[in-house]
Order: sequence, then structure tokens, then C-alpha cells
Amino acid sequence: MQLPSGSTVPAVENETQLRALLGGLSGVDAVGAEARAAKLATRSLKKSTKLAALDLAISMVDLTTLEGADTPGRVTSLCTKAMHPDPSDSGVPHVAAACVYPDLVAHARHVLGASPVKVAAVATSFPSGRASLNVKLLDVREAVSAGADEIDMVIDRGAFLSGRLGQVFDEVVAVKEACGSTHLKVILETGELVTYDNVRRASWIAMLAGADFIKTSTGKVGVNATLPTALVMLEAVRDFAETTGVVVGVKVAGGIRSAKDALRYLVVINETVGSAWLSPDRFRFGASSLLNDLLMQRLKQRRGVYVRPDEFSGD
Amino acid sequence: MSEDRLDVRKTYKLLINGAFPRSESGRSYEVTSAKGEFLANVAQGSRKDVRDAVVAARAAQSKWWAQSAYNRGQVIYRLAEMAESRRDELAEHVRLGEGLASKKAKVSVSRAIDRIVWYAGWTDKIAQILGSSNPVAGPFFNFSVPAPSGVVGVLAEQDSSLEAFVNAVLAPIAVGNTVVAVASEKRPTPAVLLGEMTATADFPAGLLNIVTGFTGEVAPTLASHEDVDGIDLTGVDEAFADELAQLAAGSIKRVLRPGPSEDASLRRLRAFVEISTVWHTIGQ
Repeated sequence: MQLPSGSTVPAVENETQLRALLGGLSGVDAVGAEARAAKLATRSLKKSTKLAALDLAISMVDLTTLEGADTPGRVTSLCTKAMHPDPSDSGVPHVAAACVYPDLVAHARHVLGASPVKVAAVATSFPSGRASLNVKLLDVREAVSAGADEIDMVIDRGAFLSGRLGQVFDEVVAVKEACGSTHLKVILETGELVTYDNVRRASWIAMLAGADFIKTSTGKVGVNATLPTALVMLEAVRDFAETTGVVVGVKVAGGIRSAKDALRYLVVINETVGSAWLSPDRFRFGASSLLNDLLMQRLKQRRGVYVRPDEFSGD
Repeated sequence: MSEDRLDVRKTYKLLINGAFPRSESGRSYEVTSAKGEFLANVAQGSRKDVRDAVVAARAAQSKWWAQSAYNRGQVIYRLAEMAESRRDELAEHVRLGEGLASKKAKVSVSRAIDRIVWYAGWTDKIAQILGSSNPVAGPFFNFSVPAPSGVVGVLAEQDSSLEAFVNAVLAPIAVGNTVVAVASEKRPTPAVLLGEMTATADFPAGLLNIVTGFTGEVAPTLASHEDVDGIDLTGVDEAFADELAQLAAGSIKRVLRPGPSEDASLRRLRAFVEISTVWHTIGQ
């Protein structure tokens, strides 16, 4: 992207302009990105560093339940766990947010009360995004007025893949406007974007349109977050910050179940965008079962023996 | 074919979750025959291999116990079929490792295979022996039935490389447990061969996991692991067994200490069983 360092986000007024901006992006070296991610994944964190990283990862979790079978009771237990992940140890940090469907936002808000845990809602006809813009915007407005602190929207992958990039951009802009001051995370659904080049382009479209976070996946398709995809998105975020001065966060979601995987992401963040992104304000894990594994490894580090998985509450 | 071809050397690997990985640590160690001649390079398992094996065993346990007792017997019997067709190979390893005469080694292997069949038979009979119908003063049926402890760690005997190993791992398996076994440190190859046979014997992944390596190194991990429900300490000396039993106490495991000869004894079948008693109203 040919922009002077430290300038602001360029105004995009039409699709031609957007295409010109995206045309300035170089292609992603797929083999290189995968090799780099694989190399970084071999790095091992030990002892006090590992403990600190586990706590950090816990504080970055968006504890998620996105099932057709969700009930208020389930959301209550999710929110309780979000505030006190390990009730037997007050030293465990709370997670970043509880992530639910829009109709359960009000209930989650009620349970979380004044807790610092945020309420995140997936909106815009999650997970497919197959609805008219009006329906999507209504979805967002209802979630916001019910008390959501953060909105996770999905982009229109159909429009992106058929080349209607302007439509993707305009939708994000419209949703951002509907969000007002509410934090907006834009789900690219990288598993459906096929190539890393597409991931890079979609990342830039979302950031140019005003996303506060870009997020890999809904967790509802075959391919979820992968380390190389996260690497490509983190590079996009780094380049965007360097050229525009605007900081955007990254959320990885779907398929991250083990503490080991989570720590690998932390290593990739540190080596790609630097330690400033090692904060729940700039990086999140969208996950459900990951939290228990983080707690289990944390207890293992402290107790010195491997612990039972059923020591922690299930969903 | 000329005789000066290069040998195809075998890699002796671990058995974890139905797969045969090298040790996570990448290490291996040299195993020699009783006469001190080189026998094999065997994977030297680490605490992380034990951890992975326990995860696999835990995942497999409920499914193994959910199979019918008759079916479990068939699976174990199938292992005897597999061992039977490779008994010469087993006998050769037992002979070299234990320093036995060829004939004695063959007898030992035959006894091991017969013992597999013996355990196969026990799967649907143990409930009749350990269970009971209890008289109670009220209109109730009252039954006590045996159920498996869960995941059992086995530190296999060091001297008898196949017979004792068969006893140690198949007894808990027959009553519905899954097993993480640490093979004899100096004579691990017959156990590794038996592990390979389970792959063609309908053993579900994770039912039997075998870690080779230094017993002293991996035993504390297994004994202290909170997701292991029982541990068989046969393969370690008394002082070390005391130490391990203390570690095991942290998560109230069942502990089996070295005992008398196993011939046709129910000691091992009883060792990792929980008796649960249920009440049921009569006429409902």
C-alpha cells in the first residue's frame, strides 16, 4: 500500500477507488507464510513465561456458546464461568467477553451486571450472512440496544467471491454506523475465502471500512482459524497500523481447543506485530472448550502433576 | 537372492491411541540381549508420551466398557489369534531377551498366548464371581456389580518380558479398564510386538497404550497423574513402589503392589474393579 507513514485511513468513496487501494497490496507468499507459521509453532514456552502466557490467553478468551440449543440457563452458566473461570482460585483472570446470539444478549447483560466481562453478540444473520442489509442492520441495532458491548458481524462471502468488493465494503460501513460506539468485529470466514491473497484483501476491506477487530471464522464451517491465516491477518493489521496509524485487533475463532494451540498464536503475535498486541484489547480467542484446557494446564504448572479434565465445569 | 543384502532394520516404537509414534522427545535407547549383544534401538518415552497416552486411554474407556462383555472377550481372543501366528517371532525375542533356551522360550510364549485366551473368557464371567445379589430386609432387589476403575497405569515386570506383561495388561482390560503400560526397561521388544498385534486384533485405539523407556523416569508421571484411576507397581522395587504409592495417594488411586505368582489367580482381575450396589424395588 503506497501511503505515507502516519497518515490517516484513506477515504473510500467508490469501488474503483477501493480496487485501486487493494491493487497496491502485494500477493501473499503462501509457502513462506505456512513455513513461517510452522517454524514459530515449534517454539516452546517454559515455566514462569508459560504461566504468564496461560493467564494472558485466559484473559483473551471470548467464551462462546452459539448453538441452536442455547437456553438462558446455559448462558447464565457461561457468564458465571466467564467472570470466575476457576472458582477455586481467585488469581485466575476473568475472560474478555461472553459471546452469544443476539436474542440472549439481554440475559447475558443481566447476569454479567457490572462485571468487566463484555457481552459480545454475533449479528448480521450469523453465520451465513444470507439476509438483506436491512435485516442485518436490524439484527445489529437490536443487539446493541439489548446491551451488547461488541458486535461480531459476518461479511458477505458470496459478494466477495463474485468480485462485488464495493458491496462488502459498504455493508461493513453500514454496520459500523449501526453499531455507533459499540466495538465491531468483522468475521472474514477465511475458510470460505480459499486463498491467502483473498484473506489479505478482505482484511484490508474490513479495516478500511472501520472494523475495530478482524476475525477469522464463525466456527461453523469446515476450515476454521489456522496459524498461517492468523499470520496473514496479523501482517495486514501491522501494515495497516504502519500506514494509517490506526490500530485494529485480531480475533481467531473455531477449532482452537488446546492451550498449546493458544500459546502458538501468542508466539505468532509477538513475532509479527509485537508485544503491543499481547492484550485482550487487541487480540481474542473465540472458543468454548479452550478455556478448560488453559485452566487445566495452569493448574498443572502450579500443582506439578497432570490434572483431571473433569475438575472443571463443562458447558 | 544373494545373502549379502542389507538388513531392513526395525524401529521399535511406542503405541499411543492406536498409532505407533516415536517418542515425543525424539530419544531412543539401546536394548541388548541377555548375553549383552545389541538387539534393538527402542523409543525412549517421556512424561509427555505418558500424558498423551493417558488422554487416549481416557477417551477410549467409556466406549470399551460400553461394549458387551461377550464382545470384549472376542476382541481379546482375537489378540491370541494374532499372537499365535507370530509365536516364533515372539519366542525369538523372549529367548534373546531373557536368555532362555529355545524350547523354554517357546513354552513361555505358549503360556502367554493361553493366558490371553484365559482372560478373553473372563470378560463375561467376572460379574458372576465378583458380583452378588444381596438379601435385604425390604421389598427390594439389591445387586452388587463390578465396574472398571477407569484408566489403569501398569509398570510391567522387568524380568518376564511377555508372560508377565500379558497378565499385567489384559487383566485390567478384561474387566473394562483401559491401560497405559510401561514395558520392561531391559526387555521391551516382546511387549512392543504384542502392541503391534493389537492393531490387527480389533483393539480400539487407546485401549492399550505402551510406553517403552526408563521406568524410573516415566513412573512418577504416571503415578501422580490425576486422571489415572489405578496403578500396578509390579515392575519396580519396594522402595520405589513406596514412593510411587505416595504419589498415587494424591489422587486416591487403586494401587496394586508386587505379589505372589499369578498362575490362574483372580488377584489382578479384582485389582482394578469398583463394586457398585444398586437397589431396585420389587414389582415395579
